[in-house]
Amino acid sequence: MRRALRWLMAVCVVVATSTAAFAADLRPIVQSLGSGGYSGTEKALEQLSEAGDPAAVPVIEALQAGDLQVRKSDNAVVIARKAGDAFALTDPLSGADLGQAAAADLTRIRINNSLRRAISATLGALTLMSPDAGVRRSAADAVFKSRDANALATLETAIAKEQDKGVRAAMEQARAAVLLTGAAAATMPDADVQAAVDTLAARGDRDALVLLNMVAASGASEATKKSAASAIATVEQKLALWGALQNLWYGLSLGSVLLLAAIGLAVTFGVMGVINMAHGEMVMIGAYTTFLVQEFFRAHAPGLFDLSILVALPAAFIVSGGVGIIIERSVIRWLYGRPLETLLATWGLSLALQQAVRSIFGPTNREVGAPSWMSGAFELGGLTITYGRLWIVVFAFAVFAALLAALKRTWFGLSIRAVTQNRPMANAMGIRTARVDALTFGLGSGIAGLAGVALSQIDNVSPNLGQGYILDSFMVVVFGGVGNLWGTLVGALTLGTMNKFLEPYAGAVLGKILVLVFIILFIQRRPRGLFALKGRAVEA
Amino acid sequence: MRTTKLTSSLGIGALAGLAMGALATLATPAQAADDTIKVGILHSLSGTMAISETTLKDVMLMLIDEQNKKGGLLGKKLEPVVVDPASNWPLFAEKARELISKDKVSAVFGCWTSVSRKSVLPVFEELNNILFYPVQYEGEESSRNVFYTGAAPNQQAVPAVDYLMQKEKVQRWVLAGTDYVYPRTTNKILEAYLKSKGVKAEDIMINYTPFGHSDWQSIVADIKKFGSAGKKTAVVSTINGDANVPFYKELGNQGVKAEDIPVVAFSVGEEELAGIDTKPLLGHLAAWNYFQSVETPANAEFIKEWKAYTKNDKRVTNDPMEAHYIGFNMWVKAVEAAGTTEPDKVIDAMVGVSVPNLTGGYSAMLPNHHITKPVLIGEVQENGQFDVVSKTPGLVPGDEWSDYLPDSKDLIADWRKPMSCGNFNVKTGKCGGKGS
Amino acid sequence: MLLRFFLMGLDRKAGIVLAILAILAVAVPVMTLWVPADSPFHLSVFTVSLLGKYLCFALLALALDLVWGYCGILSLGHAAFFAIGGYAMGMYLMRQIGPRGVYGNPVLPDFMVFLNWKELPWYWLGFDQFWFAALMVLVVPGALAFAFGWFAFRSRVTGVYLSIITQALTFALLLAFFRNDMGFGGNNGLTDFKDILGHDIQADGTRVALFVATVAALAFSYMIASGVIASKLGKVLVALRDAESRVRFIGYDTESYKLFAWTLSACMAGVAGALYVPQVGIINPSEFAPASSIEAVIWVAVGGRGTLAGAILGAVLVNMGKSYFTGALPELWLFALGGLFVLVTLFLPKGLLGLWGQLAAKLPGRRKQPGLSEARNSDAQAAGQKGM
Repeated sequence: MRRALRWLMAVCVVVATSTAAFAADLRPIVQSLGSGGYSGTEKALEQLSEAGDPAAVPVIEALQAGDLQVRKSDNAVVIARKAGDAFALTDPLSGADLGQAAAADLTRIRINNSLRRAISATLGALTLMSPDAGVRRSAADAVFKSRDANALATLETAIAKEQDKGVRAAMEQARAAVLLTGAAAATMPDADVQAAVDTLAARGDRDALVLLNMVAASGASEATKKSAASAIATVEQKLALWGALQNLWYGLSLGSVLLLAAIGLAVTFGVMGVINMAHGEMVMIGAYTTFLVQEFFRAHAPGLFDLSILVALPAAFIVSGGVGIIIERSVIRWLYGRPLETLLATWGLSLALQQAVRSIFGPTNREVGAPSWMSGAFELGGLTITYGRLWIVVFAFAVFAALLAALKRTWFGLSIRAVTQNRPMANAMGIRTARVDALTFGLGSGIAGLAGVALSQIDNVSPNLGQGYILDSFMVVVFGGVGNLWGTLVGALTLGTMNKFLEPYAGAVLGKILVLVFIILFIQRRPRGLFALKGRAVEA
Repeated sequence: MRTTKLTSSLGIGALAGLAMGALATLATPAQAADDTIKVGILHSLSGTMAISETTLKDVMLMLIDEQNKKGGLLGKKLEPVVVDPASNWPLFAEKARELISKDKVSAVFGCWTSVSRKSVLPVFEELNNILFYPVQYEGEESSRNVFYTGAAPNQQAVPAVDYLMQKEKVQRWVLAGTDYVYPRTTNKILEAYLKSKGVKAEDIMINYTPFGHSDWQSIVADIKKFGSAGKKTAVVSTINGDANVPFYKELGNQGVKAEDIPVVAFSVGEEELAGIDTKPLLGHLAAWNYFQSVETPANAEFIKEWKAYTKNDKRVTNDPMEAHYIGFNMWVKAVEAAGTTEPDKVIDAMVGVSVPNLTGGYSAMLPNHHITKPVLIGEVQENGQFDVVSKTPGLVPGDEWSDYLPDSKDLIADWRKPMSCGNFNVKTGKCGGKGS
Repeated sequence: MLLRFFLMGLDRKAGIVLAILAILAVAVPVMTLWVPADSPFHLSVFTVSLLGKYLCFALLALALDLVWGYCGILSLGHAAFFAIGGYAMGMYLMRQIGPRGVYGNPVLPDFMVFLNWKELPWYWLGFDQFWFAALMVLVVPGALAFAFGWFAFRSRVTGVYLSIITQALTFALLLAFFRNDMGFGGNNGLTDFKDILGHDIQADGTRVALFVATVAALAFSYMIASGVIASKLGKVLVALRDAESRVRFIGYDTESYKLFAWTLSACMAGVAGALYVPQVGIINPSEFAPASSIEAVIWVAVGGRGTLAGAILGAVLVNMGKSYFTGALPELWLFALGGLFVLVTLFLPKGLLGLWGQLAAKLPGRRKQPGLSEARNSDAQAAGQKGM
C-alpha cells in the first residue's frame, strides 16, 4: 500500500516537472532563503527539497556558488553575478534581467558546512532525472551519501528509466542505502533487506561496510544478519588487500619525491664530489621560479594557467642551473680536491641564498596553484590515486631516465665521465675540463630546480623549503652508493617504501627514526652503500 | 692555491674588522638616550619561525610609528629596538637579556613558540621586565612579568569543539597535532572535555607527527577511514605552521571535503592560507579571536594602515597581530596611568586596563595576566579569507589553569596584591602549586 | 707519569693559550664582582654569561678538532654528544627545582605533571645527585660514541659515509628527543632552573663561578688534547689521518686508536654541553639539529683545522660575530655570516691560525711550520678518485 502511494507520488512529480505551474509556488520559498540566517536558509532549502521541483535547481546552484544575494532596497532574493565593478542581477526563477546593482546594495546569502551538505543532498535528489548521465551519476552518489528519504520516489522512477548500466547500479546502491537507513527499514520484508545487502556487498567499499554494519546490528532476521556478516567479512578482506597496495603506492610516491630531491645531488655530490649543502636552495629556487611563472600567467594569461607548470619546468631548470654555474665559477672551482671545504663554502652560500630569497619574496609562504590536470584523485579498484602524486612519480622517473641517457649517450655525458674519472687525462685529450665542471654543476643544480617545480605542488614554497630535503637527499645518495645513479633510484624507493610501511605501526616520528637507524646499521654492513664502486679507485 | 696576496689580505682585513666590531660592542654598553622610551621587539627574522614572526615585527614597528605620530608616550618618543633571535631558543634568552640589561628597554613584545617563551621567562623574572606574548598557547603558566594576549585553550579549543558538537553534530573526533607541548596539552584538555560530554574512547583518535612533516598521504587516508564508520567525524588540528600547507594540499587532493569531514584548526590563519590554493578547502574551519574579514570600523582602519605601512595591497592581517595591537595599547594606557615606564608600577597598573579590540568590543587585562576575548569560528572561503559562522555572545576570560587537567584544576593566578601569586591552590589555600 | 704526559704537550702555542685562559679566569671575576659598576673596566654579568657560552662552544670545537684535525674523522654529529651532556646536566638541574615547580610536585618536573605522568621514569633516577649527573655527563656521550665508533670503525666506514651517518645519528636523536613520550620534555626541553649545588643559578657569584669552571674545563681539555697529540699515540693518529691503509699494513690496530680519540672527544663535548646548559638556562632538542653540528665544523675551519688553538679562536670569533650581527643587522646577518664562511674557505684555507703561520713564515729567520699539507694531499686523492 505504502509502495503504491510512493509510486503515485513519483508519477506526480514527473508530471509536474514538465510544467511551469510550480514556479509560482516556489517563489515564496525562494524568497525565504534570504531571511532568518543559516537556520532560515536551511528551512527554506528543506521546503525546496520537499517540493521536489527541478525548477529550483538553478537557484540552489546559485546559492552554492555564493551568487544568490538579497537586494537591500526591497529585500528581494536575486542572482547577482559580477559584471565589471557592479553586479548583474537576474530573477532566480524566471531568469529575467533585473538590471545592475553595486556591491554595497547587496547582501550575500551566506552558507556554512551544514547548508553545503543540504545543498548537495537536495541537488542530488533534484537532478536524478537530468538528461546528462554524468550529472545523474553524481546525483545518485549524493543521494547515497545523504540517504535522503525525500528522494526515494524520484529514485525509483529514475531507476526504471535508466539505460546506462553504471548509473543504474549507482542508483540502486543509493536506493539500498535509503531503504536500510530509513524509518521503514524495521518493517521492510526480509527479501527487500536481503536484496539491499547484496547490492551493497557488490559495492564493497568502506561506505558499504558502514551500512552493512548497521544491518548486522539492527533488528533484522537472523538469516539477513548472517548474510550481512559474511558480506562484511568479504568486504573487509578485500579492503585489507587494497590497503596494502595503497601503502605500496604511498611508498612509491614518497620514494619518487626523495628521488627527485636527491637526483640533482647525485650529480653534484655523487659524480663531482662536491658536498653541496646549497643543494636544497637550488630546489627552493626552482619552486620560486614556478611561483613567478604562475604569477605571470595569472596576470597575463589566466586562461592558460594549466600550462604554467609546463613553462615552469624549463624556466626552473635554466634559473637554478644558471645559479649553479655562477656558484661553480665563483666559488666551487677554487675548491676542487678539497671536498670538505666545499661543505663549508656551500653551507655559507645556502645561508646567504635563503636570506636573499627571504629579502626578495618575504618570509611567508607563496601560493603555487595546482593546474586542473594535477588536482583531484581517481579510484583504481580500491586504490585512491591523486593526480598530483601520479604525475610526480611519472616525472621523477622521466627525469631519471633523461639524466641517465644524457650521461651515457651524449658527448657531454662522456666528457663528464671522463673528467670525473681522470681529470689530467681528459684534459690531455682536449676536453675543456673547466667548462665541463661548470656545466656539470649547472646540470645538477638545474635538476634540483626541476625537483623544486614538483615539490612546489606538495609542500610549502618558503625560504626554508630546501632545508627540509637536504638531509634526506644525502641519506638517499649515501645509502644508494655515492657515484651510482641506479643506487640513488633504488635507495630512494627503498627508503620511501620502508617509511610508509613502518608508519602505520610505529607512527610517523618513530618510523622516521627507525629508517635512520636502519641506514646507520646498513652502512656498517656495506660501508660504501648499496651499489658500491668496485676496483682500485675505491680505496682512497 | 690560486689565492693572491691581495685577496688574502682583503680577507684578513674583513675578519679583523669583524672581530674588532664584535669586541667593541661587547665591551661598551649602548648609550641609553634619556629622551626616548625604548621598546624591545624579540621576534625571529631568520630560521624556521621567521615565516610567522617577521610579520609581528612589522606590525610592532607600525604601532610604534603611529604612537609617535600621536605625540609619543609621556612626552617622549618611542624607539623600537629590533633583534633577531634566529629561531634559536638559547639565543632568545641571550637576546632578551641583551635588550633588558644593555639596551634598557621598558617592555618587550615578542616570542611565538612556547619554548621561546619558556626560555626567556627566567630572564624576565630575574631582571624584572615586561613581556607581551601574542600567540595562542597551552596555558598552564602565569608569570608576574608576562602578559598573555593570545588565547588560552578555553578561548579557542573548547568553543570550537562545542560548535562542532552542536552545529555540525559531530560524534567522532580525530585530534591531530604536531608532537610538542601545545598540541599535547590542548588534546589532553579536549579529550577530558569530550569524555565529560559522553564521547566514547573509541570515537577519539589521536595522532602526532613531527615538525615540518610533509608526507601526509597515509595520515589523511587514516582520517578518511576513521571517518567512514557511520558517525559524523571532524578533525581538530593543532598541526603547527609549516606542516599545514602539505596537510591541506593532501586533504584537497584526496577529496576530504568540509561537508563530510570538517577540519578545525587552531594554528591556521590568513597568513598560512596565503600560501595555499584554498578552493578545495572551502568550508574547513578555524577558531580564533580575530579574523581579517570581521567588519568593524576599527578593523577596516587597521587593515588600511597595515596595507599602507607595508606598501603591499595583498598583505593579510591575523590573530597574533591583533593580540599585539591589544597588548601595545594596553601597555600605552598602563604607562600613562602609572606616569612612568618603571616595570613594577606598570605591572600593577596593567590589571584592569581595558582597550578596544578589532572585533568591535573591549578586551580587558585580568588579574591572571590573560585577557578577555570573543571566540570566533570561521569557515575558509575561496579567496583565502574566513567567513565568521559563529561568535560567542560575550567575551571569554582567559583561563590559565585548565579545569580539565587533574593537576591544575585547583590552581588560580591573581597578581593583585596581596595575593600576588601565579599558582595559588584554592584547596590548600597556599601559593605554590599543590604544596607538599 | 701523568705530569709528564701533560708537560709533553706544552709547547709555545699551548703556553700562550693557557696563559690567556689563566688571565681570563682571574680578570673576569675581578672585573665583574669587585670593579665598581661605573668603571670602564667593569664587566656586566650579561657579558660574563656570553663569554661563558663562547667558551663552551670553544670546548666543543676543541673536541671536534681532536678527531677531525688529527684523526681525519669529520664528525657532522658532534653536537649530539654536546646535547646529551647538556641533557644530563639539565636533568640534574630539573631535579633540584623540587617542590618549587608551578604544580609544587616535589619529585616530578612540571612537564611530566601536566602530561599526567604518575612516577619518575627509571632513567631519571639518580639525577638528584650531582656526582651521578656529573658522571653521566661523561659516561653517556662516551658510551654512545664508543658503541657507534666500535661498529663504524670496524666496518671501515670512512670519509663522507661516516660524516653522513653521524648526521643521521644526530637527526635520529633530534626526532627522538622531540617526542614527548620520551620523557625529556619534548620541544620545550628542560628550563626554568633554580639552583646548582645549592647556589642560586641566577646570582652573579654563581655565574662567575660557572664561567671560571668553564675556563678550567677548557684549559684542562686543552692540556689533555695537546698531551695526546704530542704522545706516541698522537703520532699514530696523525699517520692515520694521512694514510690509514699504510698504518694498518704496518700492523697497527687502527680501529682502537680511532676509537680512543673518538670517545675522548665525545666526552669532552659532553662536558661542554653540561657547562653550557646552566649558563644559557635551557636545553632543548634543537641542539641536536644537524645544522648545529655543521656550524661547529665551521668554527674549527675558520680558526684553523688541526691546530687546537685555532678551534678555540674560531668558535669564539664566529659566535661573537653572530651575537653582534643578530643585534646590529637583524635582517642582513645571514649574508654576513654566509659570506664569512665563503671568504674564509676561499682565501684562508688554513684558517686564521694558518694565516698567522703564513705571515710568520715570511718573517726573516723563521722556517715554515709543518702544517696540514699532508692532509690536503690525501683529501685531494680522495676527491680525484671519485668517479661514475
